[in-house]
Amino acid sequence: MKVELSDIIRRYGEAQALRGVTFSHAAEIRALVLIGPSGGGKSTLLRLLGGLEAPDGGTVRVNGRELPAHEHGLHAYRRMNGFLFQSFNLFPHYSALRNITLPLEVVHGMTPEEAQEKAESGLRRFGLYEHREKRPFELSGGQQQRVGLVRAISSKPALLLLDEPTSALDPEMTAEVLDVIKELNEEGQDIILSTHEMGFARAVADHVLFLAEGKIVEQAPGSGVFDNPQSEQAQRFLSRVMQY
Amino acid sequence: MSLRAASNSSKTRWFLNVAAALLLLAAVVAFFWFAFTSLSYTWNWERLWDYRKPLFRGWLFTIFISTVALVASVALGILLVLGQRSGILALIGLCRGYVELIRGTPLLVQILIMNYVIFAESRNSTLVGIIALSCFSAAYLAEIFRGGIDSVARTQIDAARAVGFTGPQIYRFVIFPQAMRRVLPGIAGELVNLIKNSSLLMVISIGEFTKETYDFFSSTYKGFEGFILLGFGYLLLTLPVTYLTYYLEKKFRYES
Repeated sequence: MKVELSDIIRRYGEAQALRGVTFSHAAEIRALVLIGPSGGGKSTLLRLLGGLEAPDGGTVRVNGRELPAHEHGLHAYRRMNGFLFQSFNLFPHYSALRNITLPLEVVHGMTPEEAQEKAESGLRRFGLYEHREKRPFELSGGQQQRVGLVRAISSKPALLLLDEPTSALDPEMTAEVLDVIKELNEEGQDIILSTHEMGFARAVADHVLFLAEGKIVEQAPGSGVFDNPQSEQAQRFLSRVMQY
Repeated sequence: MSLRAASNSSKTRWFLNVAAALLLLAAVVAFFWFAFTSLSYTWNWERLWDYRKPLFRGWLFTIFISTVALVASVALGILLVLGQRSGILALIGLCRGYVELIRGTPLLVQILIMNYVIFAESRNSTLVGIIALSCFSAAYLAEIFRGGIDSVARTQIDAARAVGFTGPQIYRFVIFPQAMRRVLPGIAGELVNLIKNSSLLMVISIGEFTKETYDFFSSTYKGFEGFILLGFGYLLLTLPVTYLTYYLEKKFRYES
């Protein structure tokens, strides 16, 4: 993938979530990872990159195409992507299977048979087949996130955006979700991920952005930000989160 | 020691509860005894039995009116809430204004205005009555629906947008089904209100339960039995719905 951000501004009322974010890169990126303190702008940037909202200023370009500023264009863009949030991704009134087949039928125009086949093979692959008829509240947090992942990738998205996908999970479930994400990425799925799992970030990242106070404070390819943080903010943050 | 104290205090509490219950019961009985004896009224249930057919017809008619009005008011209530979320300022204002106007004025006044002003030409007072009841309940239902829609989590709407649903699809597949479970108890409660409110339609001479009972009463001015039957007749309709409400509240509390 290719991501270019130029002077992105995003406000929520009085609060300024992003205050001039600019970024471009030369080498091909398969996994772009956003790290940094909570409230630093990671989620907001991810929402802009996923087309869930438009910036108040600046332009976002993904794979050479400038993202539209109006809802109609953004909707067309969102259909091409997959998104996974921290929690409550699934629709609680549908079964795991229906959560996956419904968007395939309604958004991607598959027949019910095609959608069912697609969804079942996805669920089978991640060991969720026997849970297909369960409602989300009957599944563990890790299972819910994996069903959410199957839903997000079933439409073969250009980009898979992950907003702190394991923040609400215990360590064991975190591992089972991260395994799936890593596997998908290794198969060639482009991902943009925000996370507090520094070990995982370091393992998968082709490029890391460190965001704080609405700005990119530091960025580097590979594990550069982890190995050799330049800014005092990043040094302090990393030593804090690596402390235990 | 503390165990004994606890069992002692629970015994004392039990005794106090029984005493309070007996005292209240005595007070209620004394009150009605006084009310009825001061009337010096001779009860005559046979007269009521002779009048059973019109009373029963009125009772059925009350069920009919309430059911039709419920269906109509749900439809109108949905339109009102969609209007309020349409984003068109004039439409939002109209729907808000309607809800405030209806909720701010007595139903009786609305029924009179409908019958003698708005639909003065109409000969079908049953229809006018149903319209009045529907318009009234729709305003309350619209508020219930609005609460239900607002209660659907922001994250759910995000998730729905993220999978690529369009605006109408988000309503159809995510907001409505989730809001519906939360508003079902409210709708059932509104049905209870509808059934009770339909008694006001007697003022425009619709042959529902209260009107028929009042006719029975006024034929002799001695048919107090009819009022007691009237109360029980409404309870017979509203109690099951009330229990349905409790049941729905319980059922939908844990899921989702």
